[in-house]
Amino acid sequence: MSETIKTDVVIIGAGPVGLFAVFELGLLDIKTHLIDILDKVGGQCAELYPEKPIYDIPGIPLITGHGLSDALMEQIKPFHPTFHLGEMVTTVEKLGEASFRVGTDRGKTFECKVVVIAAGGGSFQPKRPPIAGIEPYESKSVHYAVRKMDAFRDKNLVIVGGGDSALDWTLNLQPLAKRLTLIHRRDDFRGAPDSVNKMRALVAAGNMDLKIGQVSALEGSDGQLTALSVKGNDGSVTRVECDAMLPFFGLTMKLGPVADWGLKMDDELIPVDMSTFETNVPGIFAIGDINTYPGKLKLILSGFHEGALMAQKAHHYVYPDKRLVFQYTTSSTNLQKKLGVA
Amino acid sequence: MPKITFVEHDGTVHTVDAEIGATVMETALRNDVASIVAECGGGCTCATCLVHVDDAWSGIVGPPSSDEEQMLDAAFEVKPTSRLCCQIKVTDELDGLVVHTPAYQGR
Repeated sequence: MSETIKTDVVIIGAGPVGLFAVFELGLLDIKTHLIDILDKVGGQCAELYPEKPIYDIPGIPLITGHGLSDALMEQIKPFHPTFHLGEMVTTVEKLGEASFRVGTDRGKTFECKVVVIAAGGGSFQPKRPPIAGIEPYESKSVHYAVRKMDAFRDKNLVIVGGGDSALDWTLNLQPLAKRLTLIHRRDDFRGAPDSVNKMRALVAAGNMDLKIGQVSALEGSDGQLTALSVKGNDGSVTRVECDAMLPFFGLTMKLGPVADWGLKMDDELIPVDMSTFETNVPGIFAIGDINTYPGKLKLILSGFHEGALMAQKAHHYVYPDKRLVFQYTTSSTNLQKKLGVA
Repeated sequence: MPKITFVEHDGTVHTVDAEIGATVMETALRNDVASIVAECGGGCTCATCLVHVDDAWSGIVGPPSSDEEQMLDAAFEVKPTSRLCCQIKVTDELDGLVVHTPAYQGR
């Protein structure tokens, strides 16, 4: 178990709203750590819309999801937030007044005065193929991520998918595996052309197999896969013997562990006080798409507003004895010093 | 106003009015078709609004674009008639369209 990280605020989710919360909290001298299950910042903007246009950010007629994440990162740079990416918050416990313990699936522990949940639609998790009876195999012989490559040494391995994850793992695991079969629904791959060429060369040399079709059934017992059926586009079914399957179909949003933190929930959303964006647990806030209140709109700009108001109340927990004087970045030398421009 | 029929896997049928220019996905959401998720809101980036276009309509609706074809790689149980319905715009020609939704979506 690693050492406990102490900070003022833990922000769960590094999407646009979580990132801008760093700015609003930073102006009030509040230090932040951000935790996100994705391996990059930007949340949905990075995962779903990196190159798609966004037209409704005030003052910015057009920006891409990637562009917005980059701009926010630049804007919050003066506050030196610490990022913990590729990590999922699993537990949030209240220790006392303005004192929380936050734990992640990678075994990190945080102690903080305030928790801000900016988790959007929840956590991005791998899509699970809807194959009948797949559940008992999951995490035993069906894996959605590779933690240790060596686990697949000398195995008959099946990788399913046509994107970069499927191709990269095909290239990385082919030398280790006893036999590797890549299964994809069409003979065309959206992954990087270089990876596609390398994969095709391995197939041509007889060092791996490529099957076109979709996995329709699994065989095995006690969680151990022995074979699977592949339905071709002409309806024919072939059988592939295998010890393990790695499906890569991208990510989907699941609410995840948020529901277990003792917060009042309303249809997978967290109801908040509209003037502070605090949840029913004092000191835990929810901002952005994950919260709900009368008239709520799931807009990035609403999340920005919510972050600004949240910071005012968070200040009360972090600095209970300090009076907060409202200031403008345009005219306050004090704020400009924090931004590194004065 | 064109009418679109959504047939869910359990047999639930929704025949609804569709606005010309809206997408079939938007039409589904406005009418509470639970098996259309549309996680990304219509950006063709999530593959959670999959429909199987009824055989009688497949030719009229047409094939997916190459972007959409790539996104179909992230869906399951894809058939030759499958489309992401955020990429189908409602037109007069689609009056009477029938689409089927997969069992796994939205559950």
